[in-house]
Amino acid sequence: MSFLKAAGMTGGYGNDDILHDCTVEADKGEIAVIVGPNGAGKSTAMKAVFGMLKLRTGAVTLNGRDVTTMKPTERVSEGMSFVPQVRNVFPSMTVEENLEMGAFLRRDDISGTIGEIYDLFPVLKEKRRQPAGELSGGQRQQVAVGRALMTKPSVLMLDEPTAGVSPIVMDELFDRIIDVANTGIAILMVEQNAKQALEIAHRGYVLAQGRNAYTDTGEALLANADVRRLFLGG
Amino acid sequence: MENILNALVVITNFAIVPGLAYGSQLALGALGVTLVFAVLRFSNFAHGETMSFGAMLAIFVTWALQSWGVSIDPLPTALLALPFAILGTVLFVLLTDRVVYRFYREKKSDQVIFIIVSIGVMFVMAGLIRFIIGPSDQVFTDGARFVISAGDFRTLTGLREGLAIKTTQVITLATAAICVALLFWFLQKTRTGKSMRAYADNEDLATLSGIDAGRVVLIAWTLSAALATIAGTLYGLDKSYKPFVFQELLLPIFAAAIVGGFGSPIGAIVGGYIIAFAEVFITYAYKRFLGYLLPEEWMPDGLVQLLATDYKFAVAFVILVLTLLLRPYGLFNKRAA
Repeated sequence: MSFLKAAGMTGGYGNDDILHDCTVEADKGEIAVIVGPNGAGKSTAMKAVFGMLKLRTGAVTLNGRDVTTMKPTERVSEGMSFVPQVRNVFPSMTVEENLEMGAFLRRDDISGTIGEIYDLFPVLKEKRRQPAGELSGGQRQQVAVGRALMTKPSVLMLDEPTAGVSPIVMDELFDRIIDVANTGIAILMVEQNAKQALEIAHRGYVLAQGRNAYTDTGEALLANADVRRLFLGG
Repeated sequence: MENILNALVVITNFAIVPGLAYGSQLALGALGVTLVFAVLRFSNFAHGETMSFGAMLAIFVTWALQSWGVSIDPLPTALLALPFAILGTVLFVLLTDRVVYRFYREKKSDQVIFIIVSIGVMFVMAGLIRFIIGPSDQVFTDGARFVISAGDFRTLTGLREGLAIKTTQVITLATAAICVALLFWFLQKTRTGKSMRAYADNEDLATLSGIDAGRVVLIAWTLSAALATIAGTLYGLDKSYKPFVFQELLLPIFAAAIVGGFGSPIGAIVGGYIIAFAEVFITYAYKRFLGYLLPEEWMPDGLVQLLATDYKFAVAFVILVLTLLLRPYGLFNKRAA
């Protein structure tokens, strides 16, 4: 049984279901990637895992513990952390204040964790007195990931972390994400850049119309002729 | 040389000192409006009446203290009454939030609904205030009237013009400086203050980070009500307390907040002084000032007043319109208002 398991999720906004019996999992130290065409329900699946969408059926368990009925903030205290796709920093606050706000629920000394995040993203240390809104797109994503890591989560969820950044910055971000996974955190992410994301993925989920279309290791999905033809553009 | 000094004294006495005091009052008022806007995202039209309500409570407590013979001469007794007035106003404002605004917040109503609701609250409060204290003027200033009077200044310097500095003007400036310093320390350095800025910056992410929206809203109202009470009481001390004045004050206060950038505390302060000095300098009659500087044959016949003081609100209005046309997000704001 995986550390994070969201099984048989069915639900949506209002009366229409967007997700149909959708299952995603991630284990500690692993990167799980959700890919699929536009409107496949990738971001919706993320929201459902994090409790921002009410499920009609299905269950989310974290380390065997059922968190299905918990609110997002409660899930944060349980060790889940979420980086939204947009508006994922506090633009008028400095980088360091962004990190402090990420640790808002913590009452212990956070300077150690801030140090770890500066080690992981050295550029943030340089810019720590600058408002996050003034940083470049890639740096802002690093702030967003750093903020999410401040709670010392066991699961980190990323909604399209490389949206709108250049290919070089994207590679750099993926490298950092691998570093984060290597510290023993389970990573679940949604990606538009499907090929590159599957290359670093231990598990890959191809969603289509809210259903699991293909599930395999990242490598196997990249090698799968159907997946290549239908979802990865040949 | 003496003429230049006399000219400077005239303009300091009649424009700069009153402008500074008025600007501080507007700045405190605008800060309250801007804080509520930053957190609750609506323009609180009841803020003028909140100032009035706070000043009214301060007057009652002042009267009570005076009748018990309590005095802090040469300072006005109202300063001693201020903490009680703040407490009462905060409780009243929190009650309005509880019985009025919370309902619309839970319904996730539009910003415009909140604005209309706040106008309703404004009318109810205005009626309540007139019902309790009546519509007429109340003078509650006691203690020493001047720090330095015009006569003293003249004998001291030997100049023909006098510079009078009222105790209330000094108190206004000092109190405003203390309030602003405390507010900025709170917003920049404390955990709660930072969480308020975070909430104002990005509500969803703040909630995700575990910041309690209800608590932030509570603190925003508390600060806004405290600032309103201080601003209202200082204004009443400096001029006199007239309930209807506070509805008129809404315009320069909103103009100040918008010029500075709605939601930006620094903007509210700078905006307050911009509006105050614009009003004062445009409605000031420069005849006496120029009289010291120009040769006699150049002396203008008129008052050299750009606009009659009756029109001072037009100045704030024009600045407001110009800001909205040219820089709608204000001086210190990157987001559109």
